[in-house]
Amino acid sequence: MACNSTGCESGCYDREKDNGSKIVEDAVVTQESVCVKCKCNEPMTFGDGGSEDGRFCAECFRNNVFGKFRLAVTSHAMITPSDNVLVAFSGGSSSRVALQFVHELQIKALKNYEASRDRSLPVFGVGVAFVDETAAFPALSTEMIDAIEWIRSTVSSLSPPAKGLHVVPIESVFGSDSLDPRDRLVKLLDSVPDDTGKEDLLLHLKMLSLQKVASENGYNRLVVGSCTSRIASHVLTATVKGRGYSLSADIQHVDARWKVPIVLPLRDCVRQEITRLCLLDGLKTVELACRSQSGINDLVSSFVALLQEENPSRECTIVRTAAKLTPFYFNKIPETDDSNVPMATQRRLKRFNLKYDGSMTTEAFCPICNGPQNRSDSSELDYFEEGQESDALYAACCSSCRFQILPQDGSSREQFGSFLPDHMISQVKHQKVNSQAYLREKIKDCLLLDDEEVV
Amino acid sequence: MEASEAKSKRAGGSRLCCICNKRRPVLKRPKTLQQICRECFYEVFEEEIHQVIVQNRLFKSGERVAIGASGGKDSTVLAYVLSELNRRHNYGLDLFLLSIDEGITGYRDDSLETVKRNEVQYGLPLQIVSYKDLYGWTMDDIVKMIGLKNNCTFCGVFRRQALDRGATLLKVDKLVTGHNADDIAETVLLNILRGDIARLSRCTSITTGEDGPIPRCKPFKYTYEKEIVMYAYFKKLDYFSTECIYSPNAYRGFAREFIKDLERLRPRAILDIIKSGEDFRIATTTKMPEQGTCERCGYISSQKWCKACVLLEGLNRGLPKMGIGRPRGSVNGDNKHTKAGSTAKSIESKQCGSLDF
Repeated sequence: MACNSTGCESGCYDREKDNGSKIVEDAVVTQESVCVKCKCNEPMTFGDGGSEDGRFCAECFRNNVFGKFRLAVTSHAMITPSDNVLVAFSGGSSSRVALQFVHELQIKALKNYEASRDRSLPVFGVGVAFVDETAAFPALSTEMIDAIEWIRSTVSSLSPPAKGLHVVPIESVFGSDSLDPRDRLVKLLDSVPDDTGKEDLLLHLKMLSLQKVASENGYNRLVVGSCTSRIASHVLTATVKGRGYSLSADIQHVDARWKVPIVLPLRDCVRQEITRLCLLDGLKTVELACRSQSGINDLVSSFVALLQEENPSRECTIVRTAAKLTPFYFNKIPETDDSNVPMATQRRLKRFNLKYDGSMTTEAFCPICNGPQNRSDSSELDYFEEGQESDALYAACCSSCRFQILPQDGSSREQFGSFLPDHMISQVKHQKVNSQAYLREKIKDCLLLDDEEVV
Repeated sequence: MEASEAKSKRAGGSRLCCICNKRRPVLKRPKTLQQICRECFYEVFEEEIHQVIVQNRLFKSGERVAIGASGGKDSTVLAYVLSELNRRHNYGLDLFLLSIDEGITGYRDDSLETVKRNEVQYGLPLQIVSYKDLYGWTMDDIVKMIGLKNNCTFCGVFRRQALDRGATLLKVDKLVTGHNADDIAETVLLNILRGDIARLSRCTSITTGEDGPIPRCKPFKYTYEKEIVMYAYFKKLDYFSTECIYSPNAYRGFAREFIKDLERLRPRAILDIIKSGEDFRIATTTKMPEQGTCERCGYISSQKWCKACVLLEGLNRGLPKMGIGRPRGSVNGDNKHTKAGSTAKSIESKQCGSLDF
């Protein structure tokens, strides 16, 4: 926990006073005018009222942040030479930094490749994806167009190596053969009664659209710039929405539930560092109005901001606590026998696999939020027959989505189900089949009759 | 949520209680926002608690049970409802009131009067245990010495032990406390904020301390604080309604404010927090404290000395910070070295709380 002397509760502040051997005033001034790390350069002052201001020089500060990024990438095998990486770019500061750092990694890899004699390690590919939410927020269409222009120029400035830009309209989750996808999106969102639920559903759709563009364009990793601060908010919102079981799945460095595994290389950096870095390096960002939150998500953000004022390392403590929860089997890059993957990477993956033993249980996943579910929650699934789609949807969803996203009465729910992207609906059917199979596996040796004869 | 509001408006339009459809509704239930009449509220409130008791098998017939009674709304309603349910459903319990006198003038002395009245009103024998008798310090004395930060730590630690001592005096099999859903939700949040994963795994249990001196349970685990207040109000129960005069600075205040705001937005969030707390995947191999006994007083403890003894030692030696916050240098086992001077040496060698995660 970072010691900010005003907020530190361990009493060291008092200790200094009791001690009597406190450093003299003048000495303090001169001592603090050198970077505490390299002890030679002048420390940077950002003057933003944050903690740890005026302690590190620009170089050490930058190296610290980049160092955390690089450590996360290498120790979790997030990006390896044979990968094709898609960076989710929202225009905000975290994703801007993620993009910048990934770019720098790529430049280094390119330099090494060109310098090496045998050209054994290829340079990983990088693409950038931006989700265009105009369909959900029609009022922001001009703002969005400007933002997209800016993003285009930003991405093209980040070459060589050149990066493909994919501007993904959020309504693309419905597939190319859906009639009037924009209208369908509006209808879908309108049928959600709860504001927070609406916001969360939009987030899930965003992820689906990113997954779609990633897999359709041959990417095998999705980089998301979530920082410690965002994760701290997520820990609290998940707790408050009754999503305690699935929480540990969302906050790890790697989330391989999805077809294209998601990696979080900035997970260990706090927002303050990221904002300062943008300032330092002159990285421009764009804040879109649709990013503002309402309801519970907004309440939690304000709460975390309040806690941060009281103690600047509270975010870190929250994430550290949540990190002690047991992750799932999919919270690591899956091992692969692919011969294209370098040996070093394979070894690293194997080392990580030892951590998560045993519980390779087939988790049931909520079709809407993709959250793993406690077996007891999903036990109602088998009581519904084929054809009762809306009820099957209800049974398949986690209790949080049932409450805040699904409409309350049967007919609205059926309509809601018809608006959902096909991918989510197919999850419901898939899950139903799975759970029967799962139970059957367990009692197989005691069954006397064949498949079709036993109900 | 809008849907249920619309639904209740429709019911309100016909101006009848949602449940019995006979009487006029006089209140909106905080938990579900249903508009119901008094009688139905009493019924549903008491029935839910009865179900919690039965489904979680909190009591066995013939048990002697002490009710932690502070004179506040939670414990008064608890005493009332428990004796009522005991009669109505034949739990077969022997109930007692156990009250702790922390020695807070202008607060506890007043609330104790309320408990004494409760003894008469509910016909339950009362036992009072005081900090002065047990520890030689009242909270007033303690606050005079340590100020208004960390005083809740002292009170909480001392009270826990005082309740156990009182329970032993009464020779009871079980202790019940009035901790309600709001309290437990606050505790879950607090433990997340403070990094206490071990406590996080235990704090949602409805029964705790089964392997200790006296098991304790919380029948109000799923009962909203607002509903308890409402029940006490409508039933015109006698209780003391002031906040502890020393509490404004407690860290719990942050969590409490947040939960109040949350309840306004989404009433069921309180239960959702408790559900999350129950569902958190915490490995059972997580470093759990090893249970032993305190060398000084023989009370249950995971360290050499129990927390109460550590704190007391600090008070008696004029070292108010002893036992507060993270351990400095050597832990409480070696108390000689916790003096400020020598601690400085062991700390100077490393930066206080370096940012490594």
